[in-house]
Amino acid sequence: MAVLTELIWTLTKITAIVVPVILSVAYLTYAERRVIGAIQARNGPNRVGPMGLLQPFADVFKLLFKEVILPANANRFLFLVAPLLSLMPALAAWAVIPFSEGLVLSDINAGLLYVLAMTSLGVYGVIIAGWAANSKYSMLGAMRSAAQIVSYEIAMGFALVGVLMAAGTLNMSGIVNAQAGNFLQWFWLPLLPLFIVYWISGVAETNRAPFDVAEGESEIVAGFHVEYSGVAFAVFFLAEYANMILISGLAVILFLGGWYSPFHGIPVLGPMFDWVPGIVWFVLKVFLFLYLYLAFRATFPRYHYDQIMRLGWKVLIPVTVVWIVVLALMILAGLPPWFN
Amino acid sequence: MIEQLIFYVFAAVLLFSATMVISVRNPVHAALFLVLAFFNSAVLWIMAGAEFLGIVLVLVYVGAVMVLFLFVVMMLDINVAKLREGFIRHLYIGIPVAGVMVVQMLLVVGSGVFAPESLPEPAMPIPEGAANTPLLGSVLYTVYMLQFELAAVILLVAIIAAVMLTLRRREGTKHQDPGQQVRVRKEDRLRVVKIPGRRQADRE
Repeated sequence: MAVLTELIWTLTKITAIVVPVILSVAYLTYAERRVIGAIQARNGPNRVGPMGLLQPFADVFKLLFKEVILPANANRFLFLVAPLLSLMPALAAWAVIPFSEGLVLSDINAGLLYVLAMTSLGVYGVIIAGWAANSKYSMLGAMRSAAQIVSYEIAMGFALVGVLMAAGTLNMSGIVNAQAGNFLQWFWLPLLPLFIVYWISGVAETNRAPFDVAEGESEIVAGFHVEYSGVAFAVFFLAEYANMILISGLAVILFLGGWYSPFHGIPVLGPMFDWVPGIVWFVLKVFLFLYLYLAFRATFPRYHYDQIMRLGWKVLIPVTVVWIVVLALMILAGLPPWFN
Repeated sequence: MIEQLIFYVFAAVLLFSATMVISVRNPVHAALFLVLAFFNSAVLWIMAGAEFLGIVLVLVYVGAVMVLFLFVVMMLDINVAKLREGFIRHLYIGIPVAGVMVVQMLLVVGSGVFAPESLPEPAMPIPEGAANTPLLGSVLYTVYMLQFELAAVILLVAIIAAVMLTLRRREGTKHQDPGQQVRVRKEDRLRVVKIPGRRQADRE
């Protein structure tokens, strides 16, 4: 009986995380079209509902009622399983994300490792989709994506090693608590190069512009999901945007002090904002990164494939390796206010 | 009770997928079954309390090694029927080799060296309820420092060897030199020429 209640309780908590994530995905697509519209001096969707606010639902229903077309020579089972394989890790990683003090589904010790393992699984959806569709464009997209994600995972892993060294723990809540204080005491400052490397590799890992060669509309039409339609395509879309939100959330937890207010502990300003709940700060900081995603897409041209590889292997990885050594020296010296 | 049930489910899936790895016809399917096998063994490790090893198995083998594996297998056009032709013909070598390996494994595992009571004393006292990631780290970097560094150097040698195998300069390729691209100035490429427009010329 006790097991059953626990199970139901856990399922409730999972729903309480997954439903807001999916809703955020819906409105992220809306925000993306409006923000890019504004940057390019046009309106964006503004017809369905007030200010176009019902547009995401219109899109969802359109995709739900469309036919899922199976290519004649596709591998049926893998073709249908691939979207799920890309969605599953994107949602599973949310299990260890602390939204506020103690507000986390599973407060495991090796949280950071778990997140890294889950995000590295997302590539299977892309590769399998590209192969199972039995199309040249899909295959090219899958190959590009596989090489890109494997390369950038190394840089991202090294950036996370820096965070791990600074915080002294792999537990996500522990990492946030190690940054307790105002915005100058968060890890983004002593770990600035790692922070930038993490963010660039995060954008590359989610296959977003300017690193979206896996889709590459102008040269390989839509890359790995060119053969997908209807719900199957919608699931890929959902996974991509859930991953964007996840990477933004991780950036906030690892480098921008998670749920802490930027004025925490400052004499006059701090108490003024103490009434704001931690989750509000968390969400606001996530918005900052999500906006950066959209701004990147609107302003940067797509990288060459060879330029992506060069940036990953010859620029980002050496930067992280050097900064890990520098960081070790800073920790040994007990540099205030972070490491004393 | 429930834990045992979960263990047997995952162990059964592990054995099933391991068998499928060597018996399915399509090499891509075989690689995917290997992924499934890794995943299930990671779950078994985590259930045994080795959370660090379990997650690292997923991270390294599933997240990186198998992706590269799939990458290669998908690019190669492997004819499986041809690979299977020799199966019966080479059986007279295969069976004795397999038999020797089984006997060796039985001797090692069955001798009781790995039984919990015959394991050597831990190199360090284990604090109650400690997480195993920091413990593993503190043992690796102190007691087993030399072995750890040795393993790292061996891996480094392997990387350098792999790079050397593929490193060859080909003449006549048209690749870009990023340094040169960055050094380009506007003045080298662009010349602004003032051409009087027709209207302006008319007015004059």
